[in-house]
Amino acid sequence: MTTISGAEILIECWKRENVEVIFGYPGAATIDIHHHLGASSLRFVLCRHEQAAVHAAEGYARSTGRPGVVLVTSGPGATNTVTGLAGANMDSIPVIVFSGQVSRMLIGNDAFQEVDIVGVTRGITKHNYLVFSTQELAQCVKEAFHVATTGRPGAVLVDLPKDVLAGQAEFLYPRKVFLRAYQPHLTPHPKQVHKVVSLLKKATRPVIYAGGGVIAAGAAEELLTLAERLEIPVTCSLMGLGGFPGTHRLFLGMLGMHGLYRANMAVQKADLILAVGARFDDRVTGLLTQFAKEADIIHIDVDSTSIHKNREVDVPLVADARQALAAILDLLTPAPEYQAESRPLWLETISEWHRSCPLTYNQDDDPDGLIKPQMVIEALYQATRGKAVIVTDVGQHQMWAAQYYLYDNPRQFITSGGLGVMGFGLPAALGALVARPEATVITITGDGSVLMNIQELATVAQEGLPVKVAILNNGTLGMVRQLQDLFYDRRYAATTLGPWPDFVKLAAAFGLKGLVARTPAETREVIATALADPGPVIMDFKVSPRENVFPMVPAGRAIDEMILRPLELP
Amino acid sequence: MDLSSDNAQRHTLAVLVDNRPGVLARVSALISGRGFNIDSLSVAETMDPDVSLITLITTGTPKIISQVIKQLRKLINVIKVTDLAEVDHVERQLVMVRVKAVEGHRAEIMRLAKIFRAQIIDVSSRTYTLEITGGQDKIRAALTLLADFGVEEQVSTGLTAISRSPLAVKKPDSKPGH
Repeated sequence: MTTISGAEILIECWKRENVEVIFGYPGAATIDIHHHLGASSLRFVLCRHEQAAVHAAEGYARSTGRPGVVLVTSGPGATNTVTGLAGANMDSIPVIVFSGQVSRMLIGNDAFQEVDIVGVTRGITKHNYLVFSTQELAQCVKEAFHVATTGRPGAVLVDLPKDVLAGQAEFLYPRKVFLRAYQPHLTPHPKQVHKVVSLLKKATRPVIYAGGGVIAAGAAEELLTLAERLEIPVTCSLMGLGGFPGTHRLFLGMLGMHGLYRANMAVQKADLILAVGARFDDRVTGLLTQFAKEADIIHIDVDSTSIHKNREVDVPLVADARQALAAILDLLTPAPEYQAESRPLWLETISEWHRSCPLTYNQDDDPDGLIKPQMVIEALYQATRGKAVIVTDVGQHQMWAAQYYLYDNPRQFITSGGLGVMGFGLPAALGALVARPEATVITITGDGSVLMNIQELATVAQEGLPVKVAILNNGTLGMVRQLQDLFYDRRYAATTLGPWPDFVKLAAAFGLKGLVARTPAETREVIATALADPGPVIMDFKVSPRENVFPMVPAGRAIDEMILRPLELP
Repeated sequence: MDLSSDNAQRHTLAVLVDNRPGVLARVSALISGRGFNIDSLSVAETMDPDVSLITLITTGTPKIISQVIKQLRKLINVIKVTDLAEVDHVERQLVMVRVKAVEGHRAEIMRLAKIFRAQIIDVSSRTYTLEITGGQDKIRAALTLLADFGVEEQVSTGLTAISRSPLAVKKPDSKPGH
């Protein structure tokens, strides 16, 4: 029997799982792995902070569907991954963090750089492991990949004591995993599928509400076929954007707190809502008791805990979104009988809502003649002809990126949805570029968010990743300031950031190109220059701090009680 | 979600889990993390040494309990969750109680022990220690009566329960191959 070390076993396991790249940061507890990794065919991307390494892995996973892999050391290395793990898990993104741990005999002794990371991350991961022996390492790794990537995907942490990595064992990689207690339900129940189809055929004012599950399951094509076959308009949650073509005539835009008027109105007046891979999040439903009161609700989700969690539904269908939609389509022949005569009126009603309250802003009404942030997004959309991968941070810019850039393809819009992690954008964008080097990847960010992981400019420079960083710089923490504008007497407590830093000089300090724009004309020039440049570019757009995100549903209101314009301030 | 306790009910949940370190922590953290108290808890290995049974009692509205059960089922190490309120079952708990047994009270305490089918498991010059097994109503009744003599100390196990018909558990088709 030939034996190899735990560190070597881990690398062999990664190869069997077709891992190509690992994001992370080294330390004493993981040095054995790095020693062998450096001699292997696998690529290691040295991020400059462990939190950013997890976001980079998320960017890799979100842009491809393949699991993102992270390697960090024990103690602070491990605790720095907490935000990334929580965000990935909440958005159902397959990310696996391998953390170093002190040797088994030291666990519980308050050893140097020791932390009970399995305890810390228990509630924010889909599952986690402390590997007790070198012999069981391969089994744990196999299970970790299986759990992270199947069912409703999620984040998994594997904690690796140093002596387990140094120990020797025979390398046997399990061919398959059987977890008695974990068997995701993927196949739709035929009886439920029949109920769904009968409701779809009867509906006169149907709406499809699509979430991130459509993208995770690879169900965009089936969704498009279904919508076109029955002429059903489609709205997407923030996580669902790209799951249905943004330029399609049946697309309503995003719904919810900053959703389009027509999307929210359509949901409120619908007689049937087909929710696919979505979870009726509070940012979508607004006041739950008033949400879609006239509609029967069909809910397709692979996670049974999502069903009836917020909104009681009429027909639950626990299944993989793609399999469920395929089963529904099987029962709808190419020319099915449905309430076709009702559609022109329903679609016209929706168009009329849009004509009365379109998504709009006025570039020319700023007293200082500053750029409007929405204008930057539109200019980016035009310059990239809608083809770029857009990665956002969190805040006003994120909502404008969701509203004004139209995403025709899944995995084209990458954002931190459920947890709303500022500092996500830059590292996630570099992770997306590692996965898809041929793509144009733009991170749309704010002057608040981008500073939260600005050290990643060093990673970008070292790896030569041509990330285009578009900073909507308004000198404030805009999303919180907007709440202060509307509901807190304009007392801008703790939201003024000022002019710091000078992003052009900051870019120069990392050896990167930095450009600044102060007018709409300069905006278009800067974007053209940045896109023509083969390398990374930081774009600093000095935008109006007065602009707020509309429509907006105030907290505790129904989603058709939207504030549409600043003029309607209470 | 309705957090008021107007229609809150007591539920006994039988949770079959993988017999591995950390699993109890996952189960209890899931419940406490949502702000619910565990009124009683007992854990022991089942006939299958790879499987443990956690019997726990918690109180909540039907909607909350149903959500807790679904969340428990989502845990990777949880094999099966049964709300015993929904099935015919038998519950038992064990209490040990040390009561003052002064001259003149001893015969009465022994008579009570006989009525409640309790065992006297330890005797000192001034005290009797009783072991009482039963459902919660019986135990409450016995303790109320014993209180008159003066209870020095009382300890209790968690409640455990068994359904009156089998709770099916899926067996592995095959062991993971190499």
